[in-house]
Amino acid sequence: MLRDFGMGDFWFIVFAARWTILLSLVAFVGGAFGGLILALARTSRVRALEWAASLFIQVFQGTPLLMQLFLVFFGAPVLGININPWIAAAIALAFNTSAFLGEIWRGCIQAVPRGQWEAADALSLHYTDRMRFVVLPQALKIALPPTVGYLVQVIKGTSLAAIIGFVELTRAGQVINNATFEPLIVFGLVAGIYFILCWPLSLWSARLERRYAAALAR
Amino acid sequence: MSGDTHLHYTFDFQSVFAAWPLLLGGTWLTVKLSLLAMVIGLCIAIVGALCKTNGPKWLRFIVNVYIELIRNTPFLVQLFFFFFGLPAMGVTLSPNTAALIAMFVNVGAYATEIIRAGIESINRGQIEAGLALNLSRLQVFRFIILKPALRAIYPALTSQFILLMLTSAVVSAISANDLTSVAAKLQSDTFKSFEIYIVVTAIYLVLSQLFSLLFRVIYRANFNYPEGR
Repeated sequence: MLRDFGMGDFWFIVFAARWTILLSLVAFVGGAFGGLILALARTSRVRALEWAASLFIQVFQGTPLLMQLFLVFFGAPVLGININPWIAAAIALAFNTSAFLGEIWRGCIQAVPRGQWEAADALSLHYTDRMRFVVLPQALKIALPPTVGYLVQVIKGTSLAAIIGFVELTRAGQVINNATFEPLIVFGLVAGIYFILCWPLSLWSARLERRYAAALAR
Repeated sequence: MSGDTHLHYTFDFQSVFAAWPLLLGGTWLTVKLSLLAMVIGLCIAIVGALCKTNGPKWLRFIVNVYIELIRNTPFLVQLFFFFFGLPAMGVTLSPNTAALIAMFVNVGAYATEIIRAGIESINRGQIEAGLALNLSRLQVFRFIILKPALRAIYPALTSQFILLMLTSAVVSAISANDLTSVAAKLQSDTFKSFEIYIVVTAIYLVLSQLFSLLFRVIYRANFNYPEGR
């Protein structure tokens, strides 16, 4: 019944990583878009907008990513929309990433010194100009380390797509493990590939953070 | 058109609410697993943090490898590694035990970094000041080392716990008896997937809000004093 773990299995798992990378990219781009809207809404000083954004963030941060994934996957057919695991995973991950990036970036926008906002006001810059030329460029610098760090969470989060049957890295590992029952080799390899994807980002984020802290201390 | 029938979907929560004893059991197991994993994870973390701050170089290296491996791989893969890997090495274990092991190994790594930060936040000058003021060693430990350090790590540690509880939904992938597994079982019995997952998501939301409220109350009761620097 069981066959040996061969080179074919090895490459099957390695090449499945492209779906993990692609799903991470889609989730990150979608999440960055949503996150920016949420962060702007949270700092808008318009009560209703602030409240709605903060509710969105609280719900997505207060429930499991897996449940969000299931709700999209099982909810879409109820609304009459045909959905496959790949689209469901991309949507759920993008929403989840929006909530976390929105909260991170809200902090970064608010960390831009008050004087900068006041100066922009004094120069009678409109909201868009003030945000675009004064606040956001400075917030971007502060936001870079935690955003790179969050990218690691996004990559790890894509593994949940395996549970609804999308064949990315983790699911590929499951498939091969079912055929060979070599769990230590298979999941060791799978974990190793995730590590190769995530560790450089973790190191980069930590380095950016140190550099930023050093710049502040000066 | 077959698509048309979907548009007239009527929600049916009856069969979901009828299963409340099962849902309650699953909720309890989720909370129990999370609490247990957190306690064991904290024990690992205290040892790990002490190794990292006071240990010899090779020990620090091992602890660092543990932390980086756990933090840079998905929990689901760690879970599969233990659930399928340990039996392959001759250790038999139930899904619940495998879930618990994966959870405490995971949270142990994150908590090690938090506790290390707590240890490093201790102010040596204050210890000397305490001794100079004729406080006993025990008093110095309790009021100058332990309490400020606990206060420093409390917010990170409590949000780590909530994160652990939410992440634990993943253990349903190996059919442990947690809340999400109960949901999956109900789904195959009733086919009311959407209703079930709405209810279960709401239960998780209530759990995370309740715990975060509880943690805030505890913080206010114990650590609500002005910063002393």
